[in-house]
Amino acid sequence: MATGIKDKVAIIGMGCSRFGERWDVGTEGLLAEAFDEALADAGIERSRIDAAWTGSCFDRINVGISAIPAATALRLDGIPVSRVENMCATGTEALRGAAYAVASGAVDIALAVGSEKLKDAGYGGLPVQTKGTLNDLWLPMGSAPAGFAQLAAGYRARYKVDRDDLKRAIGHVSWKSHQNGVHSPKAHLRKAVSMDTILNAPMIAEPLGLFDCCGVSDGAAAAIVTTPEIARSLGKTDLVTLKAVQLSVSSGKESTTDQWDGSYVRNTRNAAAKAYREAGITDPKSQLSLIEVHDCFSITELVTMEDLFLSEDGHAVTDILDGVYDRNGKIPCQVDGGLKCFGHPI
Amino acid sequence: MTFGITTWGAYIPRPRLERSAIASAHQWVAPSLKGLAKGRRAYCSWDEDIVTMAVEAARNCVPTLNRKTVREVRLASTTAPSADLQSSAIVSAALRLDHDVRVLDFGGSHRAGIAALGSAMRSSGEPILVIGSDRLRARPASAQEMQYGAGAAAFLVGDQGVAAELLGFSSSTTLLVDHFRAAGAAYDYYWEERWIRDEGYLKVGLKALKAALLDAKVAPAEVTKFIFPAPGKGIADAIAKAAGIAATAVADSLDAEVGFTGTAHSLLMLANVLDQAVPGDVIAVAGFGQGADVLVFRATNVVVSARPTIAVSDSVARGFGVQSYTQFATFYGELYPDYGMRAERDTKTALTEQYRSSDQVFGFVAGKCSQCGQVQFPQLAYCVECQAPASALQPLCLAEEAAKVLTYTADSLTYHPSPPLYVGFAQFDVGARLLMEFVDVEPTTFGVGTRLQMRFRIKERDDTRGYYRYFWKAAPAN
Repeated sequence: MATGIKDKVAIIGMGCSRFGERWDVGTEGLLAEAFDEALADAGIERSRIDAAWTGSCFDRINVGISAIPAATALRLDGIPVSRVENMCATGTEALRGAAYAVASGAVDIALAVGSEKLKDAGYGGLPVQTKGTLNDLWLPMGSAPAGFAQLAAGYRARYKVDRDDLKRAIGHVSWKSHQNGVHSPKAHLRKAVSMDTILNAPMIAEPLGLFDCCGVSDGAAAAIVTTPEIARSLGKTDLVTLKAVQLSVSSGKESTTDQWDGSYVRNTRNAAAKAYREAGITDPKSQLSLIEVHDCFSITELVTMEDLFLSEDGHAVTDILDGVYDRNGKIPCQVDGGLKCFGHPI
Repeated sequence: MTFGITTWGAYIPRPRLERSAIASAHQWVAPSLKGLAKGRRAYCSWDEDIVTMAVEAARNCVPTLNRKTVREVRLASTTAPSADLQSSAIVSAALRLDHDVRVLDFGGSHRAGIAALGSAMRSSGEPILVIGSDRLRARPASAQEMQYGAGAAAFLVGDQGVAAELLGFSSSTTLLVDHFRAAGAAYDYYWEERWIRDEGYLKVGLKALKAALLDAKVAPAEVTKFIFPAPGKGIADAIAKAAGIAATAVADSLDAEVGFTGTAHSLLMLANVLDQAVPGDVIAVAGFGQGADVLVFRATNVVVSARPTIAVSDSVARGFGVQSYTQFATFYGELYPDYGMRAERDTKTALTEQYRSSDQVFGFVAGKCSQCGQVQFPQLAYCVECQAPASALQPLCLAEEAAKVLTYTADSLTYHPSPPLYVGFAQFDVGARLLMEFVDVEPTTFGVGTRLQMRFRIKERDDTRGYYRYFWKAAPAN
């Protein structure tokens, strides 16, 4: 029986580049910004790192495929370095790899680093990718907002939510994140916007308007992890330990059978349930005091509140409008501005 | 038994452009177009070509249950997407015809449609599916841009359940070059209309008509329906008058809502006539080009019961106006608007993968799991529901299955040749579900729950290599 990683891995250093339109620096430079800060935060030399996981999604506008370019950029010499890619979970995957390596006892100190240089695409939004030789033959073209907008249609249909009510709730999600982003010095978007501006913005993928979509940013972030014992031997006190890392991936059931109504994300629910179990959380509503979620689009954050079992099914709209997830609410969400404003280098 | 027409069906693309919009766009250079600016013309959306129209016409002509009877496909067009890749082979794959069905492409003249039908009528043995399909392109500001349309018509020819029997025919060859299109050229080059009418239609055409009536042993006055498509107005009436055919017999040219559809036009008009025919009707149908072919039919007692589900008049009525000349011009390759960098994506098709998944992609064949019953598309190595191996999946074609919109959005961000892209999950009544592109969407009436029908369309165009990738899309049900 697996015992999980609860309290087996401590984060001793974190670093983050400034997010945004970083015309001034390339991917290698972004990696270095995050890495330098993480090393300084951990108070260790580069030579102490035993293994590294590097993540990037859009390899054509990054340092390139394999782990070699990132290892070269950071001058990580002769240690195992692996490149991971799992779309928006890529950074989490890098951290999961590093944490599992430490928890298993395979290494003492591991690095997880992710970087994305979306603003080298030449246009706004995400680069257009191939979907694979078979999928390209039948899957429609379509942008990321179009994919997540399906949730809005599914949610409205299931809970009989009026379009304007849903639009106001998801508008509030973005309004709140803009309020929060102002306070994050490294955030991409640091300007509060009014609800009127949000609600009347140009449509991107019905019902998602411009402000329902997150910032498309350049950025990098890094974490250095080790065991609690080594952390203490390095003089660290008040340790930050991982309680759980869980991932759940679709087998195609939602998109291929009629068992899903489009109003929630089945795998978020799976992963949340497993993570709560691993962490020993039995009542997330009372036990979680701060949350950061994947708010690539406002509707994603809305359904995530239900998928994390924080709002009752069908009640996210009213909870959001009641300010439950605002900075001064019961469970503040995205206090850094979230993907919406801090930025979303995939 | 002699061969006759047993069933028929047509397809007309839904977009319509007011001819006045064309004339108005060219007012500065061709003010005389105003004289032709009556009615609307049909045109293909960016994802329709002669292959997709042929498939739709054939689906309307031959219900799924009767597909097994088709032993040969003859497809006529002057605007096939490929010079060397049989359109009829793609049509055959989309219709899921057997691999031993013979396929033939006809072309080279607007007459090829009626010629293909004539050649099939003179055959014997196994049933032949004859299709005419054209998407004529015309130089901007030309008269042809006003006159041309797009469409397809299909006929199943055989000796069982004949709805229209052949009484006689004629076929003549006269090298009168009224127009031509050089190989690889975009546009037709026409000689003077008056000469084409006087020396071409009224002499060559009339002579062929008379020969066919003689062959059929039918007096001109006995002809109750007369079809002689021509790009210019009044020509058919003049031929009828000269031949002694009643003016009331002259069939609707479909000019008001469709326009001239090249190889398809004799067949499209014939389909329209047959839709309304009563037993005993005598129908003379002609096609012109370096001579003329004329066929004379008599409608039999089953002509009414053989009518297709969707009549030509239904397709005519289902047109919807998109009053943008620049959209039409873009779809026909006359304009290249700035679609942005997203349009730069390479759409090279892995022909190996296309061949491996040919039944799935062209035939829209899903798999029904023999262990758990789940219908699924695509078919992969294991059942999505019970993980049974692929060998447990039985073919189930989704092309004619009922479906509805589960979720959708209008995507304005992605590259799409006709933005916004309507995309979402189609839920089939048989249990299958997949993300699909929605086409022919009228935004005010489209939504979650809208009933859908499948359409064979161009999925993506690889303009770098000149290859079209086809797949099925979902349209609001008729």
